[in-house]
Amino acid sequence: MNIYLPIAEVSVNAFILLGLGGGVGFLSGIFGVGGGFLMTPLLIFIGIPPAVAVATEANQIVASSFSGVLANIRRKTVDMKMGLVLLAGGLVGSAIGVQIFAGLRTTGQVDLVVALCYVVFLGLVGSLMLVESINAMRKAKKEGRRVQRRRHNWVHGLPFKMRFRTSNLYISAIPPFLVGMLVGTLAAIMGVGGGFIMVPAMIYLLGMAAVIVVGTSLFQIMFVTGATTLMHAITNQTVDAVLAVILLVGGVVGTQIGVRVGPRLKAEQLRILLALLVLAVCVKLGLDLVVTPSEFFTLGGSSGH
Amino acid sequence: MTRLIAILVLALALVGPATLAEDRVVASLSQHNLALTTDFTGTELFVYGAIRTVGDLPADAIDVIVAITGPTERVNVRKKERQFGIWINGKGVEIDAAPSFYAVATTGPLRDIVSWTEDFRHRIALDLVIRLIDAPAWVEDREEYRAAVARIREEQGLYSLQEGTVALIDNALFETRIQLPANLVEGDYKARIFLLKDGTVLDTYEDRVEVRRAGIGRWIYSSAHEWPAVYGIVSILVALAAGWLASAFFRTFFPN
Repeated sequence: MNIYLPIAEVSVNAFILLGLGGGVGFLSGIFGVGGGFLMTPLLIFIGIPPAVAVATEANQIVASSFSGVLANIRRKTVDMKMGLVLLAGGLVGSAIGVQIFAGLRTTGQVDLVVALCYVVFLGLVGSLMLVESINAMRKAKKEGRRVQRRRHNWVHGLPFKMRFRTSNLYISAIPPFLVGMLVGTLAAIMGVGGGFIMVPAMIYLLGMAAVIVVGTSLFQIMFVTGATTLMHAITNQTVDAVLAVILLVGGVVGTQIGVRVGPRLKAEQLRILLALLVLAVCVKLGLDLVVTPSEFFTLGGSSGH
Repeated sequence: MTRLIAILVLALALVGPATLAEDRVVASLSQHNLALTTDFTGTELFVYGAIRTVGDLPADAIDVIVAITGPTERVNVRKKERQFGIWINGKGVEIDAAPSFYAVATTGPLRDIVSWTEDFRHRIALDLVIRLIDAPAWVEDREEYRAAVARIREEQGLYSLQEGTVALIDNALFETRIQLPANLVEGDYKARIFLLKDGTVLDTYEDRVEVRRAGIGRWIYSSAHEWPAVYGIVSILVALAAGWLASAFFRTFFPN
């Protein structure tokens, strides 16, 4: 069943969109990532103009992350205090990111920087997680018990200590603020929620438990993508309501299934899965940069002069 | 039946005394308004008309070309270049004018039925409707960029040349069907009909189709542009409501 999208000005199959929304929502529910790093390239691939894809996908992530946050709040696996510190950093970061983006635009190399950002960060995060998870699994097998992660590192020597009850942590507010800021900056440049960077940062840098990371990450992503949606709607008018509704119907259902399946999987397996997924997207985007394209030309709208 | 009557009316219009000494073509379209609703999946435009020529002509002396041109816009074309081992977009070349849609239907091979000069004057062939007036100095092969627009849009089903698809009946009537794809943009689509003999254009006729968004799509589009802030906030509220609904639904029916 094809549907004509009023803002994107293309006609696409509604069931493909439902499936995409459902699949990405499912991952979002399991891993606590928004799924933007998957959804944006996929939407562009099926023919949605990039500007519309980025803006509309942000709107869809608001829905699936809120749906996931609600499920996690009932399970008491959202650290609101940590989420707010991350969010404060995130808002500062996105303001910086928007400025960098505007600067890149004047040099005309936005596409390249965005693609390289994807490849570098997905590659880095994916391989770190994969190595760490495999090591942890081996260790757990050998010793026959759960791995205790390092609880003390340089992070604990910093001032402005705060007590995060839900996470059972007493650490400085500076690292979470910086993590939020870095994620916010990258999110604004790459047009994603940034969960795929924040989740590993929370686990490995802040030492939070995987169970709490998912809900807390979704909590922060919800606000960041909400702000992104509003910004795009006001400045570019590129949020397609029809596309968003179809995606988010699939998305919220997928998320709910994800949050139910997630806790039944083992934490280390979960991280290996996410790591493999992140690496797969990284390899795909990397190949696109290196392999000789079949079409050398791309068409875009007028740049306005 | 209504089409048949319409064709007869058109044919009668040509027999008026004032036009006796000229070659004439008149035409009409199956629709003059096209609504882009959310269930729009493309449509067929039926173009039909009548011809009257002075004197007796052999059966294959007359040709007809039907050209449908969508709203014209500037297009930025970028060529990928290899630098440091990776393919990156080069500088953009601004094409001055390229129609968002262009379909040409003819009674025979375009090159045989219209002369170069006539083609150039009326801008019929595809490479004549894409205009690149002033390419930047660094462009080595400007034709490459223009050809890219034609090639990419042809693959998207937006540009087409359908030779031999105009049916000519008794040197007096003609008809053709032109497929309008689902990815149409809003605007006025111009229909040009050319009557030709020996490569020369004898007469032309113009009509237009107004393509507009309609229904909920129209409403969404105008809301997004007229009240962007409200539209953005409503989008977020809809997303939150959907998230909550799904959460509540699953909690009720699949408690864990």
